[in-house]
Amino acid sequence: MMGAILQLDGVTVRYGRGASAVTAVAGVDLELPPGQIVGLVGESGCGKSTLARAICGLQPLAGGRITLAGEPIPPLGHRRRPARLLRIQMVFQNPYASLNPRRRVGDQIEDGRRVATRPVGSVSDLLTEVEMDASAADRFPHEFSGGQRQRIAIARAMAAAPDILIGDEPIASLDASLQSRIASLMRDVALRNDASLLFISHDLAVVREIADTILVMHTGHIVERGPAERVWAAPQDPYTRRLLAAIPIADGLGRIPG
Amino acid sequence: MTAPATLIRRPRIAPVWRRPLAIVGILFVSFWFITMIIVPFLPLADPLAQDFTPLSPPSGTHPFGTDILGRDVLSRTLFGSRATLPFAILLVIISLILGSLVGAIAGYFGGVIDEIIMRIADLVFAFPTIVLAMVVAAALGPGITNAVIALALISWPNYARVIRSLVLSARNQEYVVAGRLLGAGPLSSLRRDILPNVASPMLVLAMLDLGSQILLLSGLSFLGLGAVPPAAEWGSMVGDGVQQFSNWWLAAFPGLAILTVVVGFNFIGDTLRDSLDPRSANAVTQVNA
Amino acid sequence: MTGLVISDLRLRIGQADILNGVSLGILGGEITGLAGESGSGKTMTGLVLCGLQPAGAVVTGRVEFTDSDRSIPNLLALQPREFNRLRGRRIAMVAQDPVASLHPMLTIGTQLTDHVRHHLRLSKQQATARAVELLERVQVPTPETALRRYPHQFSGGQLQRIAIAIAIACEPAVLIADEPTTALDVTVQAGILRLLRELRDDLGLAIILISHDLGVMSAIADTIAVMRYGTVIEQGSRQQVIQQPQTEYARELIAALPQVPPPGITTDAGGQPHPDAQPHPDAQPHPGVQPHPGNHPHSTRTGA
Repeated sequence: MMGAILQLDGVTVRYGRGASAVTAVAGVDLELPPGQIVGLVGESGCGKSTLARAICGLQPLAGGRITLAGEPIPPLGHRRRPARLLRIQMVFQNPYASLNPRRRVGDQIEDGRRVATRPVGSVSDLLTEVEMDASAADRFPHEFSGGQRQRIAIARAMAAAPDILIGDEPIASLDASLQSRIASLMRDVALRNDASLLFISHDLAVVREIADTILVMHTGHIVERGPAERVWAAPQDPYTRRLLAAIPIADGLGRIPG
Repeated sequence: MTAPATLIRRPRIAPVWRRPLAIVGILFVSFWFITMIIVPFLPLADPLAQDFTPLSPPSGTHPFGTDILGRDVLSRTLFGSRATLPFAILLVIISLILGSLVGAIAGYFGGVIDEIIMRIADLVFAFPTIVLAMVVAAALGPGITNAVIALALISWPNYARVIRSLVLSARNQEYVVAGRLLGAGPLSSLRRDILPNVASPMLVLAMLDLGSQILLLSGLSFLGLGAVPPAAEWGSMVGDGVQQFSNWWLAAFPGLAILTVVVGFNFIGDTLRDSLDPRSANAVTQVNA
Repeated sequence: MTGLVISDLRLRIGQADILNGVSLGILGGEITGLAGESGSGKTMTGLVLCGLQPAGAVVTGRVEFTDSDRSIPNLLALQPREFNRLRGRRIAMVAQDPVASLHPMLTIGTQLTDHVRHHLRLSKQQATARAVELLERVQVPTPETALRRYPHQFSGGQLQRIAIAIAIACEPAVLIADEPTTALDVTVQAGILRLLRELRDDLGLAIILISHDLGVMSAIADTIAVMRYGTVIEQGSRQQVIQQPQTEYARELIAALPQVPPPGITTDAGGQPHPDAQPHPDAQPHPGVQPHPGNHPHSTRTGA
């Protein structure tokens, strides 16, 4: 079975009230069809994380609507999350904060399995899928490195059999040599499980490696969107060009980018 | 990928056996706990029997002397642990549970619920503890059980306030949000993700509070609102003693008992707090070599 | 010649060996890059050079410090009081996160002048003049007004410039920059890198650049030392280490980087004459789904 479509129409999020309100997300349209990898790129404060929170119902909207399979996503509030929304899962930025330090890894993954709407593999299968040893299930998060924890977090999100997987800067706190690997792991895991992936990052170079479509966000707006290779090779928006030009290249030539 | 993460511990607090205050605390507290358990089996006079010459000063037969009714003060002091420690512990457990429950609800749900709960807490805070305890205990009538109830009714806000702020900061932790995204309702979120992670500071608070609760409980007995005569209870023994001031041993030994047990719990609480201090809690640094 | 000579620096905390014999020469007028992943010991090396190793750490080895007017045969043998006089004055440090490293409740002026007055014993007016001069040096706009403002009124990039100004206030010989651009957006990173390079040239500073980002290293480091497991496993000139890495580990680190340079663009920003600057109107992805299966560098086996 193919997953549901996530659709955002004119989504606007404001912080604060009245004259001092700050518009973090300003009228974003976005469609995440099944099996697609969409990269959302932008710098700090551009609204990309707010957008991720809004999709999970963690942030009330000031305007526009977000729908999953045609049905709107209400703010989460204090109630239990409705079953149909459990098909949206998120992997967070900081693997040191996103796992409960007092519970075993296996139990935390099991929480996801319990709410899955379709059959998923065992905890060991899930751990194997993220290239971890099945014995990790009996251990506690502090026994693992940042990269390993992020793999566990991915396994936990996938345990709920999501249609939509959101990565909110999932590689930003990892070592440089791991970033590409964890990013491609997320891509592979999502594709194998028929989920679509919204991969949020400030790092255009990594996003380009895994995404089919890239969206560039700046001051709450999507300033550019298109196929990954097109955005990379022929950016249309001046901001995208600046972003691309600023990436330092490890060529040993001593050039400061930009 | 299989390289194990090396844990580097910054030199945190010195081990318990290198901290003199902790040793003193443990010695005092364990002395009283052991006493509490074995005192009926010790070759002591009956604490209630009025068999001896009243008001005889400490001597070989009565190391702590005898009181105005001719009871052995040593026996009464040691038996006094049975009237104080279990009730103080019970009292702390009741306040801890009551305060945690109410505080966690206030912190987690916020809004109107939080306002109502915390205003009630403020109301309790507004009165001096011992005065309020006296009022409630007097209304309920004397008796150690009523004293415990009175003190529980006025000490929960301490716990509620602390756990509320802990829950407030914990509920926005990523792992709590992740749990909610995986379908945890408010209760399972509190039980699974939040409470286990705020338990250690609560434990420290309870340990530190144990000392002051013993003091309050004894205080109520001292004022005649706690344990009823003829029960051997430290507070009421001190209370009787101050009326016989020239017979110093009447108040001094039970007073010493209160002092040692309170100081003991406070030292242990301090040690616990140091070892669970946020700075040292973060001292375990991950190095994935 | 100004600089530091580190020989066989070892550091052990309890049972754990953090540094296993680091030997390194750092010269004035050069940027020496310390590259490596988390846990490699690069940050700890920087802290030891500032005399800020964690309490209880056992440090052995030798660090020889030389500047224009003196030479100290071994920094590690200094008394804490002597090190305090040196730190901030002859050896300065810039931390990763400027928001955390500046005091939120004090004006920029106070933070700049206190430091200068303490170390150089200047009067208030002299110190303010020096502060303005420093802010000009690090290209913070309108220095006089900036002195009266608080950290939250600046952007991250400006704050990092201010942190650098504080670091160079007493004209140090050695500047240790620990991940100075990691907390910053990529579009402001270049400005900070350019500033560090100018300081190297104008003040003859010996700069130790600690970074996990080989792109940053490649931009401004003159020599690069790659660290792993608490030792330097490879060092050499920038070109040599990045273009012809000698060790397997350095090769893996470089191979793990995303595929750059971008094909469509060169280093000049926004200079592309594109006739149609409109954003692409729709997000319809191309149907072919998997455009680049072969490019993922899976060769590294470090850490995760």
